[in-house]
Amino acid sequence: MRAVLRIVLPVALIAALIGLWQIAASTGWIAEALNLEPFLVPSPAEVGDAIWHNRTLLWENTWVTLREILIGLLAGIVVGLALAVAMRFSRILRDAVFPLTVAIQSVPVVVIAPILVVWFGYGITVKVIVVALAVFFPIVVNTLDGLRSVDPEAVKMMRTLDASRWAIFRRVEAPTALPAFFSGAKVAVAVAPIVALFAELAGSSSGLMRLIIQDNANLEIARMFGSVVILAVIGVLLVGLTALAQRLVITWR
Amino acid sequence: MSVAARGLSHSYGELQSLDRIDLAAADGEVVALVGPSGCGKSTLLEIVCGLRDPSAGAIEVGGAADAAGRLAHCAYMPQRDLLLPWFSALDNAALALRNRGAGKGEARREAGALFDRFGLAGFEAARPAELSGGMRQRVAFLRTLVAGKPVLALDEPFASLDAISRAEMQGWLAGALRAEARTAVLVSHDIEEALYLADRVVVLSSRPARIVAELRAPDPRAPDRDAAVTDPAFVAAREAALRALHAGASADPAHPAVPFAPTRRKRNSWRRGAR
Ligand SMILES: Nc1ncnc2c1ncn2[C@@H]1O[C@H](COP(=O)(O)OP(=O)(O)OP(=O)(O)O)[C@@H](O)[C@H]1O
Ligand SMILES: [Mg+2]
Repeated sequence: MRAVLRIVLPVALIAALIGLWQIAASTGWIAEALNLEPFLVPSPAEVGDAIWHNRTLLWENTWVTLREILIGLLAGIVVGLALAVAMRFSRILRDAVFPLTVAIQSVPVVVIAPILVVWFGYGITVKVIVVALAVFFPIVVNTLDGLRSVDPEAVKMMRTLDASRWAIFRRVEAPTALPAFFSGAKVAVAVAPIVALFAELAGSSSGLMRLIIQDNANLEIARMFGSVVILAVIGVLLVGLTALAQRLVITWR
Repeated sequence: MSVAARGLSHSYGELQSLDRIDLAAADGEVVALVGPSGCGKSTLLEIVCGLRDPSAGAIEVGGAADAAGRLAHCAYMPQRDLLLPWFSALDNAALALRNRGAGKGEARREAGALFDRFGLAGFEAARPAELSGGMRQRVAFLRTLVAGKPVLALDEPFASLDAISRAEMQGWLAGALRAEARTAVLVSHDIEEALYLADRVVVLSSRPARIVAELRAPDPRAPDRDAAVTDPAFVAAREAALRALHAGASADPAHPAVPFAPTRRKRNSWRRGAR
């Protein structure tokens, strides 16, 4: 019952909002209130229409952006995880590398992306690098905290059961760190699309942000809204899939 | 396999926890350590197991004096059961085998063969959260036994249980030790439990722990627990132990039995399933 409600309620809320917007837009209330030409305030039906008629164009650009997000996420998560584990095993490495990761994290995407565009051009490389850089910090910090939260008594218990350092990591530390890792992954998944869009803004020949800028200049407002809807769907899917993965992996809570 | 310690002292920085302890357990003998809360019992047990080294004195377990050698000979059952929540009861029990490189199937078969005898049949696949307190303690004990080490180091194995399950588990552990004698060092703050389970009871003073008395148990691990603990000899031994405990707790006013510092007191509160 609760599970059903958790799907039905948000869907109903979104449907209600779309309905309200449809009425407000098609009767011209919003345009009138803002003193605008009606075509600048497309109704949901018009947006749907624009998505349908431009589906090839939208899909091509969505795929470009989605690929940037996914490859960047993957790279950031893999590097972040590897670094967190390495830092757990080597104190020296942790002391040496951690300040650097904080420094990298403190440089805003808006600053770093244009520089990288100068170096690497308009292709996917810049976007992947920027997304990975943004993603890897929450992964490293959360995973490392998770690994460090291990119960020292459990480690002692494992040592008397002839566990090697690796066995302790595998059977105690890694499972202990999983919930914290997923907290980091949720943050990562939430920031990745934003960062990818920023990177496209800094220089790109295709992608949803590119398209949005163009449509903005050409007053293709309905298609612009279409891009926004697609981005929202991507966001929901990414967060939802992460939550699902967490539920499937962490079965003991 | 025997345990022999002479003149063990230990400090956590400024804080002295053990003061010249002599401890011996012959092959197959069960020795209990009782003492006030926070006196250093767990510390002593961790030294026996090779999880810590003493600041002074010598200790040998089965001829091994170094920490790694002691670690290889001792199976440690910690104060809390510390079952790993992500593993089933069976995989928890089989941990030592897996750590030594046994395959999953092989380890499960070997550990699973003991589940029936421990009253755990049918709960192999259960996660620790689905087990009762007594069952969790039994899985923890099984995990310790499956390690196949000659010396058992048990740290208040039943402290987290209510009185009834506790008596039941004591009877059950006595049966297990009757069936298969093991050298064991058992920490307890319950004199009755110590006198029932152990051959010999060592009474420690408040911190830093010194030995204040050693008592021989009248009828260790008797099959009829209720009769054994009401026997006059048992009652007399219990009173003697209790007197020794009180004497040890108040002997040294510099180290009161109940520490005044609230932080320390909290850490060592007379726990029942604390934490
Ligand atoms: N890792 C540690 N670092 C510093 N002090 C410690 C540490 N572990 C224990 N102590 C202190 O050493 C003393 C003895 O601790 P220990 O755990 O051995 O007592 P215990 O007799 O097992 O107590 P309890 O009956 O409460 O389990 C206590 O005062 C405790 O605060
Ligand atoms: Mg203790």
